[in-house]
Amino acid sequence: MTPPLLELKNVTVDFDGFKAINDLSLTVPAGAMTVVIGPNGAGKSTMCDAIIGRVRPTGGRVLLRGEEIQQAAEHDVVARGICRKFQTPGVLSPLSVVDNLTLAAASDRRWWKSLTRRPDSAARARAEEILEMVGLADRRDALAGNLSHGEKQWLEIGMVVATDAELLLLDEPTAGMGAAESTRTAEIVKALVGKHSVLVIDHDIDFVSQLGGRVVVLHQGQLLREGSLAEIRADAEVAAIYLGRA
Amino acid sequence: MPRALPIKPAAGLVALILALAAPWLLSAYDLNLLGRFLALSLTAMGLVLLWGQGGVLSLGQGVFFGLGGYALAMHLKLADLGPTELPDFMVWSGVTALPWWWALFRSPWVAVLAVLAVAPALAALFAWAIFRRRIGGVYFALITQALALGFATLLISQQDKTGGFNGLTDYHTLFGFNLNRPATAIWLYYITVLFTLLAFAGLTWLLAGRFGKLLRASREGSNRLRFLGHDPVPYKVVAFTVAALLTSVSGALFTLHAGVVSPALVGVVPSIEMVIWVAIGGRVSVVGAIVGALLVNFAKDKISTALPELWLYGLGFLFIIAVTILPNGISGLFAKRAKDAGE
Repeated sequence: MTPPLLELKNVTVDFDGFKAINDLSLTVPAGAMTVVIGPNGAGKSTMCDAIIGRVRPTGGRVLLRGEEIQQAAEHDVVARGICRKFQTPGVLSPLSVVDNLTLAAASDRRWWKSLTRRPDSAARARAEEILEMVGLADRRDALAGNLSHGEKQWLEIGMVVATDAELLLLDEPTAGMGAAESTRTAEIVKALVGKHSVLVIDHDIDFVSQLGGRVVVLHQGQLLREGSLAEIRADAEVAAIYLGRA
Repeated sequence: MPRALPIKPAAGLVALILALAAPWLLSAYDLNLLGRFLALSLTAMGLVLLWGQGGVLSLGQGVFFGLGGYALAMHLKLADLGPTELPDFMVWSGVTALPWWWALFRSPWVAVLAVLAVAPALAALFAWAIFRRRIGGVYFALITQALALGFATLLISQQDKTGGFNGLTDYHTLFGFNLNRPATAIWLYYITVLFTLLAFAGLTWLLAGRFGKLLRASREGSNRLRFLGHDPVPYKVVAFTVAALLTSVSGALFTLHAGVVSPALVGVVPSIEMVIWVAIGGRVSVVGAIVGALLVNFAKDKISTALPELWLYGLGFLFIIAVTILPNGISGLFAKRAKDAGE
């Protein structure tokens, strides 16, 4: 039996006694969209941190295609095929938009390759493609630091895609966006599914319903429910703790 | 963010012609000063790479300056002596035999190799050990400052091996050339100009490519780089190592022009002064580094000759101006002007 793309097995992250995630088990299938929702403090971002090696789990295992990655170096996790977009956009502000994407798309990330002058034409071509995809073609040569908030979000989504990672973690890709921008973002994200597996974290239920896909509800660091959005919406317990309705 | 000063070919050409014509334009004294300060500009260029581009502030560049300066000076002390003679300060300290590691420096080539290899090798080891542990910012600056303090203290305490507080001075020959002849002084000046140009060209090349982009990206986005699959550590280590190489060569050239190397040139205060040249010239610009090193040091020479007690106030004032009004120094002023004019 092939192992699932990503599997969390009894993962606990303990911050000095506060268990941000507590004995969480979860699988993420290949080539599909998984949406994780939950109220603030449910442990959504910490779960992402544990997957990409930003925090180390105090217990449990994180498996990518059956291989343990919970102790791998951050850049190694990326090389193995997971890349994450952060909640606050983390673009490389001193560089131009196209350079941000080209560095992300670099096929060979060993440092001494940066000393050669041979242009990475595959990465350049990929960067141009992604500029179109995220709608930033006319901002190609702007400094990333000078983009608007929404543009930064799109650029970072583009950078994550450019790494060609199999699994993309998008942590609140619509944070700080208006309704129109959110809709545009949903279109961008939906177009990624299939070629990539996408794990989206959000708590904007409108955005989540635009995405479709399987929904996982976290609460107090644990898995509360998983199912289709309709099932989740119909669930009384979820409504009580999350949607604020009894 | 204002970009580095655009290198206008015309201004560059004028500067180059002036630099080449300087032996006819300046007195021997001023030519010597220009040579010294051009030598110092290599240190400043190293800081542009490390601090301005890579965001790593080192307050210990004096260590590498000293390693280069002392390596060459050790040879210079021995070059004037017969096979059984000892350097003057060793005789005064009662040393009877030359330590083996001193004896190696009888060969000028060992000295040249030491200038080019010792500081970069130590810098690479140090930087790798530190950056791998993700120590940065003010902690890194404090560690380097402690190194500068320790290095100067070590030099002073080992009087019989290093010449102590007075350092190494009073030497006359390099590769068989008499350093006191005016013709040699002019050649030394041109060699310094050549090194300045090489450093300038090398850094400009390095910063224009992918290495430069990754280094700039690591300045604010170390984490973002990591999570894009690039390990930022090697870029910082290389920047620190290249800066150490430039600073070591800078120290060696300065020693040749000044005729002395001493702990007073390598400790905490000179290390901070180096940062101030770059802050004033413009820390993101290689041209700014050269301008800053020349300007601040000529000002220092003129002001401290006329009013010795005023210089430190002047330097402090310049630094405050740079930090509060001109965060990108003099070159930032030009970059801003160019941008305003263009829009």
